[in-house]
Amino acid sequence: MKNITNIQKFSIHDGDGIRTSVFFKGCPLSCEWCHNPETQRYEREIQYDPDRCTGCGSCVRACKSRAVTLKNGKPVTDREVCILCGRCENFCPAGIREMVGREYTVKELVKELMKDQIFYEDSGGGVTFSGGEVMTMDMDYILAAAKELSRQGISLTIDTCGYVPYEKLKMILPYVDTFLYDVKVMDPDLHRKYIGTDNRLILENLTRLAHDGARIYIRIPVIREVNGNEQNMKETIAFLKEHDIHPPQINLLPYHDTGSGKYPKLDMEYKGTDLHAPDKEEMEAFVRLFVEAGFANTKIGG
Amino acid sequence: MAKLRGMNERIQKLRELSVTTPVHIDLERAKIETDFYKENDGKYSIPVMRAMVLKEYFSRKTLYLGDGELIIGEKGRDPQASPTFPELCCHSVEDMTVMSERKLVSFHTTEEDRKLQAEEIIPYWTGRSMREKILARMTPEWHECYSAGMFTEFMEQRGPGHTCGGEQVFTTGYMDYKEKIKKTMDELDYINDPDAVNKCEELKAMDISCDAVIILGERYHKLALEMAEKEADETRKAELRAIAANLEVVPAHKPQTFWQAIQLYWFTHLAVTTELNPWDAFSPGRLDQHLNPYYERDVEAGILDDEKALELLECLWVKFYNQPAPVKVGITLKESATYTDFANINTGGVTPDGRNGVNNVSYLILDCMDEMKLVQPNSNVTISKKTPARFLKRACEVSREGWGQPAFYNTEAQIMELINAGKNLEDARRGGSSGCVETGAWGSEAYILTGYLNIPKVFQLTLFDGFDQYSGKQIGLKLGYAKDFKTYGELWEAFKKQLEHIVNIKIRGNNVIEQLYAQEMPAPCLSVVTNDCISNAKDYNAGGARYNTNYIQGVGIGTITDCLAAIKYNVYDNQNFTMEELIEAMEHDFEGYDAIYRMVHDKTPKYGNDDDYADDIMQEVFELYRSTITGRPNMKGGKYGVDMLPTTCHVYFGDVILATANGRKAHKPVSEGISPEKSADTNGPTAVIKSCAKMDHLATAGTLLNQKFTPDVVAGEEGLDHMASLIRSYFSMDGHHIQFNVIDKQTLIDAQNNPEEYKDLIVRVAGYSDFFRNLSKPLQDEIIERTEQSFN
Repeated sequence: MKNITNIQKFSIHDGDGIRTSVFFKGCPLSCEWCHNPETQRYEREIQYDPDRCTGCGSCVRACKSRAVTLKNGKPVTDREVCILCGRCENFCPAGIREMVGREYTVKELVKELMKDQIFYEDSGGGVTFSGGEVMTMDMDYILAAAKELSRQGISLTIDTCGYVPYEKLKMILPYVDTFLYDVKVMDPDLHRKYIGTDNRLILENLTRLAHDGARIYIRIPVIREVNGNEQNMKETIAFLKEHDIHPPQINLLPYHDTGSGKYPKLDMEYKGTDLHAPDKEEMEAFVRLFVEAGFANTKIGG
Repeated sequence: MAKLRGMNERIQKLRELSVTTPVHIDLERAKIETDFYKENDGKYSIPVMRAMVLKEYFSRKTLYLGDGELIIGEKGRDPQASPTFPELCCHSVEDMTVMSERKLVSFHTTEEDRKLQAEEIIPYWTGRSMREKILARMTPEWHECYSAGMFTEFMEQRGPGHTCGGEQVFTTGYMDYKEKIKKTMDELDYINDPDAVNKCEELKAMDISCDAVIILGERYHKLALEMAEKEADETRKAELRAIAANLEVVPAHKPQTFWQAIQLYWFTHLAVTTELNPWDAFSPGRLDQHLNPYYERDVEAGILDDEKALELLECLWVKFYNQPAPVKVGITLKESATYTDFANINTGGVTPDGRNGVNNVSYLILDCMDEMKLVQPNSNVTISKKTPARFLKRACEVSREGWGQPAFYNTEAQIMELINAGKNLEDARRGGSSGCVETGAWGSEAYILTGYLNIPKVFQLTLFDGFDQYSGKQIGLKLGYAKDFKTYGELWEAFKKQLEHIVNIKIRGNNVIEQLYAQEMPAPCLSVVTNDCISNAKDYNAGGARYNTNYIQGVGIGTITDCLAAIKYNVYDNQNFTMEELIEAMEHDFEGYDAIYRMVHDKTPKYGNDDDYADDIMQEVFELYRSTITGRPNMKGGKYGVDMLPTTCHVYFGDVILATANGRKAHKPVSEGISPEKSADTNGPTAVIKSCAKMDHLATAGTLLNQKFTPDVVAGEEGLDHMASLIRSYFSMDGHHIQFNVIDKQTLIDAQNNPEEYKDLIVRVAGYSDFFRNLSKPLQDEIIERTEQSFN
């Protein structure tokens, strides 16, 4: 799998400088707070915005597979029947049906990413592979793209959840400038509850990657109900110290629900409605914990 | 009450007076001039007559020396007074009522003013004003194009100027100029030079202009002493004496101090802008470099520190703001609906020998603009490869506060543009951008903007056999209808012929106007301060300057590109619909043609997304426009060039075009500057910058790119770094100019609904900043809708 949902230019919160972020489609985790639900499934899919739909039925008429029907004046797509031909997208007069996920050849992708080379060079930026989980994509594809970027002198950052076989991280390591590595919850049970798996592999991989010489920025999405407490932060600090990991940067990212509006477009349900961001003072207190423990370059935001 | 701007109480009072005084018409100049003409017309040669009018005005005008002022002199009777120029454009009584009562850019007139205008000014100037002479001599084709909005004409209500002072303006007293004039006069060859008699008259006129400025200085000197005598406050008394002491030196002699250098400039500014009403007023150009020698000397001598220097700069800023642009009416008002008079200061850049030009005064100027936040002067920076990061970041810091200043110019691009247009390297380095963005060799060049050209409308004519749906007239050539063009190539060829046709009509008109100005409306004072006019014994308006260039400014490149892309992509390349279907949809303003609208509006490659499909078309259009105009001879021995800038003309040009092939609805503004069509760019600022950089900026004399950011995007130290990076990257791709509006959409909507609460809100319009409340509704809408760049 190697579907891409978005190539975001002038991306300034996913690594150093001015970057282009590539969002790959498909993720092994299912975090309740995920703000990019369109990157959870690996397959391409049609999304549409029910709020702006006029119920005109153009998509129904456009669909040759008869996958779209009108129910209560709104189109419903049978995702089993839909062959993802994209015809309805072109016939929607409101412009709100959209195919999510597109494949690029390595050549096409690199060509697109090279377009902003001049901005990377001036700002110390580059390309970020994100997702979804890029490390669960077709590794031949990812490696080929990474090698080509490296050959062109473009800095590559990998944004990963770490829940992948270590061999994959090891393979990409020589071509990567920086890893943005998510460390979400230290308590394995909570991890399983909110994310769907325990965190053993994630923490193991982090340690190995650090010891293999990778440059790693730790990123912690902070949610009051999940990990936004002193104990979790202290455990994280203890883990880093115990395993001799010295990230040049740690980012505490306060939870936000701006992705919740995307769920209905994909016939999905947002489960994070009861989650909250810690308030500013709490966030600042967490930062202080890290700074006092010797991680001076810890900040709020990406 | 909001905190008053200004570094101290003096500046706060002066600034407050300036921004709260209503703009008003001042007929003193018109009255003095008219009386003088009635008595003397025919007695003197034209140049001498013109110079004598200036001398008469400066000898008799009401003087103003306001409380607390350190830099003195006003064009009219008091701050925000706007003298009129009936010899150029004689307003009717109805004009005077309209300008007073219109909501935006109004100029207050009194019953007494209208009476004077009706009884004395109008009877004398009717049939004699330049406006009437110009309009009477234009061809019927020109008039049809003009009223249909194919192009505008800058000299219809204002004189040519578009220039900027060079170093000499800060180093030469008017007695020194007189000596130069005398030397040329003594060398005239009355035996062999058939032009010697005319040269003599021009030199006499220049000499009288110098006397005019010196007289103004003497009158102020006397006034300052009288006021000092009566002044009870000891501090102010000493200041008035110091002002008087300055006036013993300037404007007659070269300045000796920082303070005197600013005062000398200001007198020159007043003289050039009251002699005639030249476009873009006048400008001190590279103010930081011209003032720095005085600054260093005074600091060394212990008579100046940064605080005092900043105070004097802030006094100068108030002086600029005190002078509204001359009153405009009709189409000229539409193309430039603002009080701003475009005196444009470029800080930074390089020195004439190519070193980094940033000095201590440069930073003081940034502090001054930051503190004053005034839309006049148009305060900008020019960034070279050698500009220190500290300066660029400080400029970004001021710019991100969201009021559009400073804008950023690319020093190396400016230099290359000037060299490409035939200037020598040193003159090129002394040059920069004035007005909005247009490049000139400062102090040595007459570079005349002659009017905007409506490129999308030329294309619209191409689709309808040269017929203009807006005016209902056959304006273009009869080359067939859209459906008749079987290939994109045929369509392109027709567009090319139509463009050439319209440009020819414009240039034929320009030639007449240029000759009229050369013969009938010289500018001897502007000639005195512009290099080589004295030694050539020739007027600025007749080709006396070292370099002479004319421009026609192209408007709507984003719109025309997207129109061509929409047709090429959907009709010729992919056959999504036929030309007939598209034209039908356009004729119905796309109402009921959702599918076609969706295709052309959302599913077609667009300029501004770093997509070569559209950007290649932009390059072709630009190259066609450039090659159709650039290099043509003007009447002053120079050549034509192109600029890509709109001021507010994109709103007017859009108003006269019905629906276009890119899905733009009837009467909506066309794209401004070289920015993409509104909401056509969806890939963020780097893609916009890449697309824009594909234009050959170095083959222009200036381009204008607007970028709007919400405040959070440029927040913090990193935000400054990102801004600086965008600028550096654009400039390394030879981009000419970029300006930022850092404001969120909601703020603007709110400001539109509650203008009273946002009186201070300044936005970058196009090449200049203005108060949001002063803008028309469509222009406000346009600024609100300019794609708000998103950053994740």
